[in-house]
Amino acid sequence: MNIYDLTIHELKEKIAAGELTPAEIKKAYSDRINEVEDRVKSYITIIDELAGDELADYENKKEGLLAGIPIAVKDNMSTDGIKTSCASKMLENYKPPYNATVVEKLNEAGAVIMGKTNMDEFAMGSSTENSAFFVTHNPWNLNHAPGGSSGGSAAAVAAGECAAALGSDTGGSIRQPASYCGVVGLKPTYGMVSRYGLVAFASSLDQIGPITKDVEDSAILMNVIAGHDPQDSTSIAGKKEDYTKYLKEDVSGMKIGIPEEYFNLEFDEEVKASVLAAVEKLKEAGAEVETVHMTDASYALAAYYVIAPAEASSNLARYDGVRYGLRSEQAADVSEMFTNTRHEGFGDEVKRRIMIGTYALSSGYYDAYYLKAQKVRTLIKDDFDRIFNDFDLILTPTAPSTAIELESKSDPLEMYHTDIFTVPVNIAGVPAMSVPCGFDSNEMPIGLQLIGPHFGEGKIIQAAYTLEKLLNINEKRAEL
Amino acid sequence: MTTKYETVIGLEVHVQLNTDSKIFCGCSTEFGKEPNENTCPVCLGLPGTLPVLNKKVVDYAIMAGLALNCDIAEYSKFDRKNYFYPDLPKAYQISQFDLPVAENGEIEIETEAGLFKIGVTRVHLEEDAGKLIHEGSIDKSKGSLVDYNRTGVPLIEIVSEPDMRTPAQAKAYLTELKMIMEYLDISDCNMEEGSLRCDANVSLRPVGQEEFGIKAELKNMNSFSAVEKGLEYEVKRQQKLLDEGKKVVQETRTWDESLNKTISMRGKEEAHDYRYFPEPDLVPLEIDAAWKEEMRKEIPELPREKYKRFISELGLPEYDAGVLTGDKDLAVFFEEVLSDYDDPKNLSNWMMGEFLRLLNENGQAPFESGVSPINLAKMLKMIDQDIISGKIAKKVFEKMYNSGSDPETIVEEEGLKQISDEDELENMVDGIIADNPDAVEDVQNGKDRAIGFLVGQVMKETRGKANPGLVNQMLRDKLMD
Repeated sequence: MNIYDLTIHELKEKIAAGELTPAEIKKAYSDRINEVEDRVKSYITIIDELAGDELADYENKKEGLLAGIPIAVKDNMSTDGIKTSCASKMLENYKPPYNATVVEKLNEAGAVIMGKTNMDEFAMGSSTENSAFFVTHNPWNLNHAPGGSSGGSAAAVAAGECAAALGSDTGGSIRQPASYCGVVGLKPTYGMVSRYGLVAFASSLDQIGPITKDVEDSAILMNVIAGHDPQDSTSIAGKKEDYTKYLKEDVSGMKIGIPEEYFNLEFDEEVKASVLAAVEKLKEAGAEVETVHMTDASYALAAYYVIAPAEASSNLARYDGVRYGLRSEQAADVSEMFTNTRHEGFGDEVKRRIMIGTYALSSGYYDAYYLKAQKVRTLIKDDFDRIFNDFDLILTPTAPSTAIELESKSDPLEMYHTDIFTVPVNIAGVPAMSVPCGFDSNEMPIGLQLIGPHFGEGKIIQAAYTLEKLLNINEKRAEL
Repeated sequence: MTTKYETVIGLEVHVQLNTDSKIFCGCSTEFGKEPNENTCPVCLGLPGTLPVLNKKVVDYAIMAGLALNCDIAEYSKFDRKNYFYPDLPKAYQISQFDLPVAENGEIEIETEAGLFKIGVTRVHLEEDAGKLIHEGSIDKSKGSLVDYNRTGVPLIEIVSEPDMRTPAQAKAYLTELKMIMEYLDISDCNMEEGSLRCDANVSLRPVGQEEFGIKAELKNMNSFSAVEKGLEYEVKRQQKLLDEGKKVVQETRTWDESLNKTISMRGKEEAHDYRYFPEPDLVPLEIDAAWKEEMRKEIPELPREKYKRFISELGLPEYDAGVLTGDKDLAVFFEEVLSDYDDPKNLSNWMMGEFLRLLNENGQAPFESGVSPINLAKMLKMIDQDIISGKIAKKVFEKMYNSGSDPETIVEEEGLKQISDEDELENMVDGIIADNPDAVEDVQNGKDRAIGFLVGQVMKETRGKANPGLVNQMLRDKLMD
């Protein structure tokens, strides 16, 4: 296997055994980027060749859980002195003066940050086609989308342009691209990973999580990034574990629920078949699988498309041209400066959601929309809690299809619908992981979603790890 | 027949809390720094930053609520108030909408017309915005400068019930509120520096009518006198409109200090829909009984209680009690002296007289001068014991004020002890009598005033040290009957 195809744990083994140095690893990944990047286009910013002293520093950086490991970071996470654009014209030249907490943690763990990856603008989208700069291509078929909004991160992992990456997930933005790109993507329990430094989209839904080549790498990255942060008032203390202790091939006695309402929705037959085949494998391995009844997922989607835009309309109001980022040149007064800047700086999908969100919060409509959606949210969370009283995990497909073709969905509502299986998870705040479970007849990856109760990352990792070993497809790589 | 109208006034007062750091970040709240020196990614609202609540800010808010006799909410939360303005970095202010920290309070005020209870509707927490400095005049300006030092400074907003009926009551309410905040030591309460701000809602209604009239909101009153003048002007303005059969327009008006009138801001301001929703970056605030009690213990005797006690227990006149309790440090100083001295009225005279005079001349606060409570007590006892005269004491006091020395040392060093020795005095008196035959004759002819002249001569001779009472008595004994 090429160095750039290796997982984090494999790279660490080789470093420990003296077979590879961090400098060699960095070079292998840099060369790979040079080889494929003009076709995949995962990166908005590549953090280039290090100068002499820093390279030497590298050689010595053998401490830390990720010492010498190349990691890519989605371009909505603040990196001190390095452009953080959120794939928007609004922040095209914005360089934050501080690091996001997760970036600090990566640095402390000795990781080598390869660059900032492409995304849907301000994380709003499901295909990375909403990036203001360029489109990222799915390494498995360059005419297909990598998914979104963390499309750049997922594609970079799948193409071997980094060992692993960080993405963010508000309605499925880690899991769905992971599914499309045939990699593992985990959205942790809300509050497990600090949001400090993550440019906010929907504050009550956003979470940062790992996108990796396999489940073991996901556990390793979680060990680095999870944990309480005093700078994030919504981050939780006392719940972090050593996630690598769940890397056991054992699902005997695990109760897994299959929600009938989700599977009854219309979606790709090959996806359904692949997911159900994986379910059989889990049964054979000793899992107890049963049908369960849950609220129709479309209620969660409706609640999400009120709550998320509402919070976004407020979170994105700070982009007014006054302090940083784009400022429109043509403006006769402050009011014009605000409107022109935002007109020029935001893409269509961002504008669409800001308008929806503003409407949902406005006087006379707040009760009927935002408040109502939050009440529905509580019911959805209760629904998940109810199932988890009796079950360890819930299993669904990650997405209703494999990776869509680029430029295939012009109707925003159709695009929103690709999040149907992932959105309820964010609404309830529970953790979920997408793990590859097969390929369709076009060799496009299919993903399966494992949902756990709050703080149930351990169970998810254990089941996913077992499934991965049973299916044995995780060593397959996209051909570029 | 002209309708008689009743004035209805409500005040919204913003008080900046004097915690060391801001409400949601660790930046300093210190006033007067270079522009944008007290800032960080959080209070600048840079992308990705999040607020973290400063506990001390909540401590102070609970104290304020309790001091205003409010109910403290067991469960309270923050909300976002959304609007665009260059001095608001996040384009929303973190405030409290429907579940404030405190509600349903009241305070007692006193005006010439008597005692009144004014309701306090609510007290809530919020963050302050930055400051805009406009270059040049409004029509020719090239632009404005923004200073974000003030963003994130903690504020409590205190909303009164529309219980005030005269501008004088409003002024008394504001004064009382300021004193309470000063006694709690949670704010600098300086209107000129902006740590105390007041907006007013004013309306008129026919006497006897229950329904409120149309109200105007008054802003930009930057001093106590501006508040009083602004309200007086506005009441007259509305009275005139109504007398002419016109309607009052519901609008915001700004007080113009130079023109001495309120001016409509209609057209300059659009109706704001703030789209309030619960702040998702902060968890709800839960205040249990233990926290409440802990803060209750931090509340000192408040101004009105102290005022009443000075009158009832110490026997001070209302005027004295008013002056002494009007400034927290003055009251504390007064009480410290009293722990060592037992004539409150005499002490009060000295404090309201010489002490305040020197403090005002030197622009100092009570504990900033050279006079310590112990030393003032000592000095007063020396007067009572006739060791120095009242007049000499004024010199001693001024010396104490400037040097910080104690009175015994000063009297010793300057030789200011009062001469009360009868023999010594008699010599002086005999000498003056001999030297002033004309005055002596005047006294013996019944001109009482001449006694004063002769006493004055003795005082002059002794450079003020003779015991004037004894001298006076001695002269009378020698010269009259």
